[in-house]
Amino acid sequence: MQMKSLFNKSFWQERDVEMFIGQQLRWGVFTSSIIALIGGIIYLVSHGGGTPAYHEFKGAPEYVRHLPGILEGVARLDGMAIIQLAVVVLLATPITRIAFSVLAFAMEKDRLYVFITLIVLGVIIFSIFSGLGG
Amino acid sequence: MSILVFTLILLAGAFMAGMLGSLTGLGGGVVLIPLLTLVFHVDIRYAVGASLVASIANSSGAAAAYIKEGITNVRIGMFLEIATTTGAIVGALLAVYTPTHIVAILFGIVLLFSAVMTLRKKHEHAETEGSRLAGIMRLNSSYPVDGKQVDYKVRGVGGGYALMTVAGIVSGLLGIGSGALKVLAMDNIMRIPFKVSTTTSNFMIGVTAAASAVVYLQRGYIDPGIAFPVVLGVLAGAFSGSKLLVRMNTRKLRILFCIVIGSLALEMIYNGLTGKL
Repeated sequence: MQMKSLFNKSFWQERDVEMFIGQQLRWGVFTSSIIALIGGIIYLVSHGGGTPAYHEFKGAPEYVRHLPGILEGVARLDGMAIIQLAVVVLLATPITRIAFSVLAFAMEKDRLYVFITLIVLGVIIFSIFSGLGG
Repeated sequence: MSILVFTLILLAGAFMAGMLGSLTGLGGGVVLIPLLTLVFHVDIRYAVGASLVASIANSSGAAAAYIKEGITNVRIGMFLEIATTTGAIVGALLAVYTPTHIVAILFGIVLLFSAVMTLRKKHEHAETEGSRLAGIMRLNSSYPVDGKQVDYKVRGVGGGYALMTVAGIVSGLLGIGSGALKVLAMDNIMRIPFKVSTTTSNFMIGVTAAASAVVYLQRGYIDPGIAFPVVLGVLAGAFSGSKLLVRMNTRKLRILFCIVIGSLALEMIYNGLTGKL
């Protein structure tokens, strides 16, 4: 899918837009698994000899629980942080899809569904920034 | 057992879970959580986090294929996602105050219910009478049957919305897609044809799971050491499952799967009651 067609009106009016969204989902999953594989190999090389301790819940290390910490870890080529980046990409995939749907409904001049889709997007953004997980 | 061995065994287990999940349409989580807790003795909170991530991977991968065929009703999905995402956040919040043995028991009950649901008679008929609200919300649509477009109307919008909120809470609390509850809301209450409800449910699972997964990530439930073999294993398994699906007798497979799921469910409930999980 060429970038140029994104700004073409007829592209948004046809069902092509749903195909585009479908492809975006597939790319998200594909990118995420490649990143997870790279991170996983680095993680195994550095931690593979250790003993897994998941019987008691201590929670993932503090720095892999939020995006700034994950990105700093990725810059250090930390395996755990790279895996967590893959998780973030995976989480972002359906969220981006909602954002694209807002545009798609707007091009169809379907105000009701632009509104509904914005509510869904709002609920998810609320869950990211509300600090509920804190 | 070293981390390397743990990872490899988990990778194989997640592959099986993904394959079974895609063959039965229940998703990877229903097998993954018992596998992690009963076989690997992983704390159920880590299992819930890993299962949510697997559900998103599964749903996004499959949704791409279904949208292409034009069966998914994007409007119904989007409208009901208001209910499932708010429910999912409530569920993720409830999870903090819910003791793990209660989570295990609830999971067992939902698992039993899902097993029964896969054997139930499907609603394949397209309704010609819809409710007024369905008309206002533009939920009525058409879907392809043997190459022809068949129109269908939607009913029970309020009831469907309410049940979807429950499905969202269950999904957020237990870390599963709760596809069975979603299909129940769309099939039995809203009277949507089976093909449309299944694919639309799949479309919704990723978004619903993402809403609560964000909270779980911040809380440390998603551990990289578990997430990496689980995501890769479930994805590869689901992909192989969808290739196998074309050549297999799904009826027999479903019955076999229901027995497996049923006994896993009873074991989860038993372990929850005796406080082992």
